[in-house]
Amino acid sequence: MPTKIEKDAISGQMTTGHEWDGLKELDTPMPRWWLWTFYATVVFALAWVVIYPAIPVSGLTGLSGWTARGALPAEIAAERARIEPMLARLREATPGEIAADPEMRAFALAGGRGAFNNTCAGCHGAGGQGALGFPSLADDDWLFGGKLDEIQHTIRHGVRAGESDDQRGIAMPAFLSTGMLNAAQVNDTAEYVLSLTGRATNAEAAGRGEALFSENCASCHGERGEGNRDMGAPRLNDRIWLFGGDKAAIMRTIAYSRAGVMPSWQGRLDPAVVNMLTLYVHSLGGGE
Amino acid sequence: MASASMAASPGNWAAARQGTGVAYVEDPIRAFAIATMFWGIVGFLVGVVIASQLAWPALNLGLEWTSFGRLRPVHTSAVIFAFGGNALLGTSLYIVQRTCRARLWGGEEMGWWLFWGYQFFIVTAALGYVLGVTQGKEYAEPEWFSDLWLTVLWVMYLLAYAGTIMRREEPHIYVANWFFLAFIITVALLHIGNNVSLPLALTSTFSYAAPAGVQGAMIQWWYGHNAVGFFLTAGFLGMMYYFIPKQAERPVYSYRLSIVHFWSIIFLYIWAGPHHLHYTALPDWAQTLGMVFSVMLWMPSWGGMINGIMTLSGAWDKLRTNAGLRFSVTAVAFYGMSTFEGPVMSIKAVNSLSHYTDWTIGHVHSGALGWNGFITFGALYWLIPVLWKRARMWSEALIAWHFWLATLGIVLYITAMWVSGIMQGLMWRAYDELGFLQYSFIETVAAMHPYYVIRALGGVLYLSGAILMAWNVFKTITAGEEVEEARVAAPAAQPVPAE
Repeated sequence: MPTKIEKDAISGQMTTGHEWDGLKELDTPMPRWWLWTFYATVVFALAWVVIYPAIPVSGLTGLSGWTARGALPAEIAAERARIEPMLARLREATPGEIAADPEMRAFALAGGRGAFNNTCAGCHGAGGQGALGFPSLADDDWLFGGKLDEIQHTIRHGVRAGESDDQRGIAMPAFLSTGMLNAAQVNDTAEYVLSLTGRATNAEAAGRGEALFSENCASCHGERGEGNRDMGAPRLNDRIWLFGGDKAAIMRTIAYSRAGVMPSWQGRLDPAVVNMLTLYVHSLGGGE
Repeated sequence: MASASMAASPGNWAAARQGTGVAYVEDPIRAFAIATMFWGIVGFLVGVVIASQLAWPALNLGLEWTSFGRLRPVHTSAVIFAFGGNALLGTSLYIVQRTCRARLWGGEEMGWWLFWGYQFFIVTAALGYVLGVTQGKEYAEPEWFSDLWLTVLWVMYLLAYAGTIMRREEPHIYVANWFFLAFIITVALLHIGNNVSLPLALTSTFSYAAPAGVQGAMIQWWYGHNAVGFFLTAGFLGMMYYFIPKQAERPVYSYRLSIVHFWSIIFLYIWAGPHHLHYTALPDWAQTLGMVFSVMLWMPSWGGMINGIMTLSGAWDKLRTNAGLRFSVTAVAFYGMSTFEGPVMSIKAVNSLSHYTDWTIGHVHSGALGWNGFITFGALYWLIPVLWKRARMWSEALIAWHFWLATLGIVLYITAMWVSGIMQGLMWRAYDELGFLQYSFIETVAAMHPYYVIRALGGVLYLSGAILMAWNVFKTITAGEEVEEARVAAPAAQPVPAE
């Protein structure tokens, strides 16, 4: 198109005189606010470049002297300094002493919650509600005891964590696979276990199972299935089941055994954190 | 030509078409338009699927091929490179011929090579993702063999485009072509720069990237950010500069603004990538530069919005009657919103809250759904009747339905992600009065669930709108009658009297 400058009747602006496929352009000046805001961002950028590190030469940090690497250790040190006195007290105190001291207790519960969510919630759930195979910590059904010292001991040493002096390495035998019971006996034993909570489906089988239970199970789980916290043998006469309480799950447990594992946290966590976790777990609902 | 077009309003394509005597290449462009619709629906559908997987993880189906990690790049590549890429290739090849009054360099064959070559690239890339063949670089997932193919194809695209401009019959190069050319050249640089790698063997689908560690990350985000800058911004601004003046039947608002904002965008965008790596191992100086260049990008980006919206002055009434134009203008509004949000999020203090949260996802989608999607829909609603010589789209009411469904979908999507993202960021950094972190990671995930459901719903609405559009396009092509004097120009904007 040959250049032909015209005036646009609506805007009063001149066109540039160019045309492409019927498209024209006005020669409107740039909006002043646009131009000045653009300049302002350029000024901001220049100022920022002077204040903060912007040149790839070691040591040239900008007028403020700020560097990410320099700022972080200071922040960490300040935070450590803030909580260290309390951590020192928590390290030295027993869980009982912490529980008795309102200041230490409040700190331990707050810190314990965060530590729990980062360390324990992956298995035990964010509120300690547990899951299949992972005990709930929010009820009063404890495998190894729910007193403060017992909880602390469990956190320190874990369960079947492979410690040399581990009192918690005991595992239930796999009665079927080791040949201690045959399949019919597993069934009868399971019926008896169900009868402890009034759920036997076959009274005759449950009756046969009573003797089997007494012979094979009672030494750990107790004559009436009341459990044994010294061994971490679960109670069988309540409706709380770690690995499932229907007949199929119970038979599987008897036949092939179960052996949950929890890591020992002693040596991995600050003793103060172990104590905070102890207080927090104790507070979840089942503490004794 | 001269007298015909002077008498016509700028949008009267029929007049512009007549008398040019140029045999424009159009069949491959029709194919690109259809492919844009097809891949758009594929991409939106996969987006709905992966959004639902985040809300209901069972939808991963327990299969590696349908897991979120495999399907996410299918979604991002399908919407950016398949939907957006086909839209860009098709419209750019249309626009460059019209505004240069020249037949495409390479002719029909070139058009078809580009079309089928590009579809082949899309299919090999997508198959790779599903089968686990990936470089693991965001938006640059295709492995070395797909990359090589695209490189060859892109050089052909550049030749076709530049060749057409070289043989133009117009004395000047229209602004849309500046943006398209910047898009083509820079994407070539980015693609090659970020994909330098050594295949394990010529028979292997695996390769090692040349740069590693923080250098690799820096190059990746130099690429990633400028994929946004030059693919999703410059390229689509090229579309905007053609279709909005066409639909509004008004001259472009300001030629000077278009020059200044073009060169400032081109110069500034390329440096802004490091803002993707704030508070990482990237050296401080690079982070600072990434931030300040992003802040300086605010006004250059808005130059395009001003030119788009102000082109409507004197033609605002058309928004009531032209639903296609409504898409284009809303697109520019979303463009303005996300190009303001971007610089804000690049500021380190803001970024320390927004980074790694859903806020970023919301930001991307206000740009992708609002700007890229809507400007493409607006362009297609104008272009489809022109390409198939129809008087108009089959149903104006369906366009309106599409518009409102899609707008509502975007609103649900981005508000859900703003709330979810800011909540997520605040929860991560929340401390109690004793100085302990208040929330664990899993608590933030649980808190986001309702917003994930809302986001998936927004995606369903957006997808539904696109399906209406596909139906409308299908009916326009199959049921409409061919007209030679198609598209009766709406009551012309004020004629431009010569003085």
